[in-house]
Amino acid sequence: MRALQELGKYTLLMIRAFSVPERWSVFFRQISKETYKLGVDSVWIVVLISIFIGAVLTIQVSLNIQSPLIPTFTVGYVAREILILEFSSTIMCLILAGKVGSNIASEIGTMRVTEQIDALEIMGVNSASYLILPKIIAFMAFIPFLVILSMFFGIMAGYGIAYSSNVITVSTYEYGIQYWFNPFYIGYSIFKGVLFAFIIASIASHFGYQVRGGALQVGRASTNTVVMSSVFILIFDLILTQLMLT
Amino acid sequence: MIEVRNICKSFDGRPILKNVSAIFEAGKTNLIIGRSGSGKTVLVKNIVGLMAPESGEILYDTKNTLTMNPKQTKMLRREMGMLFQGSALFDSMTVLENVLFPLTMFSQEKIKEQVCRANFCLERVNLSGVGHLFPSEISGGMMKRVAIARAIALRPKYLFCDEPNSGLDPQTSMLIDELISDITKEYMMTTIINTHDMNSVMNHGEKVIFISEGQKVWEGTKEEIMDSSNKDLNEFVFASDLFKKVKLAENAIAKENRVAD
Repeated sequence: MRALQELGKYTLLMIRAFSVPERWSVFFRQISKETYKLGVDSVWIVVLISIFIGAVLTIQVSLNIQSPLIPTFTVGYVAREILILEFSSTIMCLILAGKVGSNIASEIGTMRVTEQIDALEIMGVNSASYLILPKIIAFMAFIPFLVILSMFFGIMAGYGIAYSSNVITVSTYEYGIQYWFNPFYIGYSIFKGVLFAFIIASIASHFGYQVRGGALQVGRASTNTVVMSSVFILIFDLILTQLMLT
Repeated sequence: MIEVRNICKSFDGRPILKNVSAIFEAGKTNLIIGRSGSGKTVLVKNIVGLMAPESGEILYDTKNTLTMNPKQTKMLRREMGMLFQGSALFDSMTVLENVLFPLTMFSQEKIKEQVCRANFCLERVNLSGVGHLFPSEISGGMMKRVAIARAIALRPKYLFCDEPNSGLDPQTSMLIDELISDITKEYMMTTIINTHDMNSVMNHGEKVIFISEGQKVWEGTKEEIMDSSNKDLNEFVFASDLFKKVKLAENAIAKENRVAD
């Protein structure tokens, strides 16, 4: 029953958020601000995690596939498939649910408890549209860049391992990452990223907007955001994989 | 003028407002007083539309807000200004940007004129030269003044203040009260102040409404409040030692005068 109530509140909030902005100039200014805050500020963490995971993945696969029946280029091939299909979209978005999701929830939640949202409403501003829509659009628009960046740095980290250690040769790794490449997977991964970005931004906005009380409730909203976003990302990952890859 | 008629509101079956009716006149500072938890904030939130009453009518210059469509409500809200208890300034914006905000959203003026208007409002509340600072960099009293400047930026017809003196020292409280009172006369606004500060009441209460346990139990002016026979109101007013002493002194003078006569 409570889940249904939450779903109803979420739907109503999204309907309010997706309305025509009061002033387009203000809306575009908000979008650029949010793009910087939610997207550009996340670049470093995406790059850092992708480099380490790409490197570790290459070492792990090469150590675990040591069979004369399996060609060594499989290391590059497996690393590429994992990075493109799952890591750069799903795992990266699970990480971003923590960083971006909690940021949005705590920002909107604090605005709620300090009556800043009430102040917007009194002025006649649609607070949902003014605060939430730019965040959703900015994050959805920037996520393809983060996904591509993650793929690039993950694969490059594997390349670096091949270059600097003796787990695999550079040429074999290069052959592996080009072997049986399907460009559709890039589009599929970006599409997943965009959907997950919507899930993170909208769920975080919902929990932030519904906060009543004080600091404790704002903290709880941040936690709920991370938990619920992660659950929905995993559910939709399964659904999309079934729909688009099988 | 704002009129509320038979407003009722409850939370989880617990009645908070019980048939409250009142008239708030234009060009006057109308004060709603009462103990903490008496329902005065809920009454103000119902009047401004942040909450919807279960029954009753709220009339802004004879227009019932409860029967308005969203567009009419939006238009009406552009004629309102509100000063929140915690100021509710946008902390990601500077002082000037805060005052500019309603102008940016709704004014048809050019940016240069909007900045002029925002600076004028800041000067009006004696805050010129702090436009570049963020709310976290100014004092509580200054934040209240910035909130007043923001509230009057669009030249509103109605001003609402939720405990404007909370957390301020007596001197700053007096300045804020005077500012609100002056601005009310200047713009001929209907101002509603929700407070439990008796100093504010005695200085600026042109019309005072006393709320107790969700009901309006007394209505009058600051001059009438000291002589009221309402037990609830007397308990509230004379809870402060200062007012008790003033009352005793007044009674003593009156007695002396009677003896002299």
